[in-house]
Amino acid sequence: MSYSRTAVALLLVTVALALQVTLLSRLPLPGATPDLVLLVVVGLALSHGPGFGLVLGFGAGLASDLVPPADHEIGRWAFVLTLVGYLAGAARDETRRSAFVPLAVVAGAGAGSVLLYAGLGALMDDTHVTWAAVTRLLPTAVLYDVVLSAFAIPAILALVRRTEPDGIVR
Amino acid sequence: MNRDTRRTRLLLALLLVTSVSLITVDYRGGEHSPLDRVRAFAAAVFGPVEEGAAAITGQVGDTLDSVSTLGDGREETQRLRRENQELTRRLRTSKLDRNRVAELDALLHLAGAGRYRVVPARVIAIGAAQTFSWTVTIDAGTRDGVRADMTVLNGDGLVGRVKTAGPTTATVLLAVDPESSVGVRLEATMEIGFTTGQGVEDGGDLDLRLLDGQSTVVRGDRLVTFGSQGDTPYVPGVPVGSVRRVKGTPGSQTRTATVATYVDFTALDLVGVVVEPPRADPRDAVLPPAPGG
Repeated sequence: MSYSRTAVALLLVTVALALQVTLLSRLPLPGATPDLVLLVVVGLALSHGPGFGLVLGFGAGLASDLVPPADHEIGRWAFVLTLVGYLAGAARDETRRSAFVPLAVVAGAGAGSVLLYAGLGALMDDTHVTWAAVTRLLPTAVLYDVVLSAFAIPAILALVRRTEPDGIVR
Repeated sequence: MNRDTRRTRLLLALLLVTSVSLITVDYRGGEHSPLDRVRAFAAAVFGPVEEGAAAITGQVGDTLDSVSTLGDGREETQRLRRENQELTRRLRTSKLDRNRVAELDALLHLAGAGRYRVVPARVIAIGAAQTFSWTVTIDAGTRDGVRADMTVLNGDGLVGRVKTAGPTTATVLLAVDPESSVGVRLEATMEIGFTTGQGVEDGGDLDLRLLDGQSTVVRGDRLVTFGSQGDTPYVPGVPVGSVRRVKGTPGSQTRTATVATYVDFTALDLVGVVVEPPRADPRDAVLPPAPGG
């Protein structure tokens, strides 16, 4: 794990988190909030592989658990994004076969993260998590993440290519 | 390669177990979680970052509005267009400022009517909908006299209560959060009950349960906060909303109803934190004038 990779990841996660709570969650969109942090984890995991993805996912998740106005048990996003980072990283080699693979990974990560986060809440009798709330969030979460990924993922990959010219294709 | 995969899987297991341990410790700890210190530290560090980000993202919206088509053709047209855009931008920002002044005006009026001493603050961050909870960050903290369990209101009525306070920012639990329970009194009959949130999605409605099953409640009945013991977390007399629909049948254990809040939770901007409760319960003096009277 090189320093430049870590620096880029830190920068992207910080910017994504700041945009997420101050801008994206304020957009008058029905249902879910476009999850930029998730896209950063997916994007970097797709280019650096499962090992990097899971560590990044854990870090980004822990940050999401801590950044105000977070008000849930610390560790919930960390658990979810660790898994997302690992699985997205595992799909790295598939991305060369088809351009639709990143899209499918983003859609899967969007749906999976909502379900897993809600599932963890349900285990702890979280009064917020109701079946109605989950089904209302799920379609919009996937839709927004996929739409946003069309801009975010190429931008992230371009940044990776610029910072490490021989990094993306191993 | 095989060794690499095994190491990765071991790391995966390790981090997942760490996450679960954190969740367990935080969950078991409840209101006095040992991880609250970490949370407070994060609020102190991320709070100022959010304030900075909010200042920038607030500008972005205005700029996006004013940057429109680039003028093609002669210079004169371009100059006029630029001038026009500049004037439009100024008009828009002045409108934004006017809105804010009106909000502050309403807040001060409400605070004056209830004799609350409030610290004004702006909402700088909102939690993602995927977290299922309805919390916001405001740009006032312990340095401004804000503490946990203080009432938060705006010019329209009750917004929520301070959950945690950092040095320069604080997290507010909105009244529409399912975890939020507010003691209320009906203006007309003095009946006591409590409201719980249902999230913003259903138009920001609250569920109302009245303690007395025999009590009469009709559509349009108005509610103010009852006031908690020691005025924390809710000071008395803050307008909450009006009854939209009465549910259940008379004679059952409790009466339930849906309440439309006075506050528009989808457009929160300027709020006030009650740092000093009123000396005497203002009763319903703070309610907006009754419609048609």
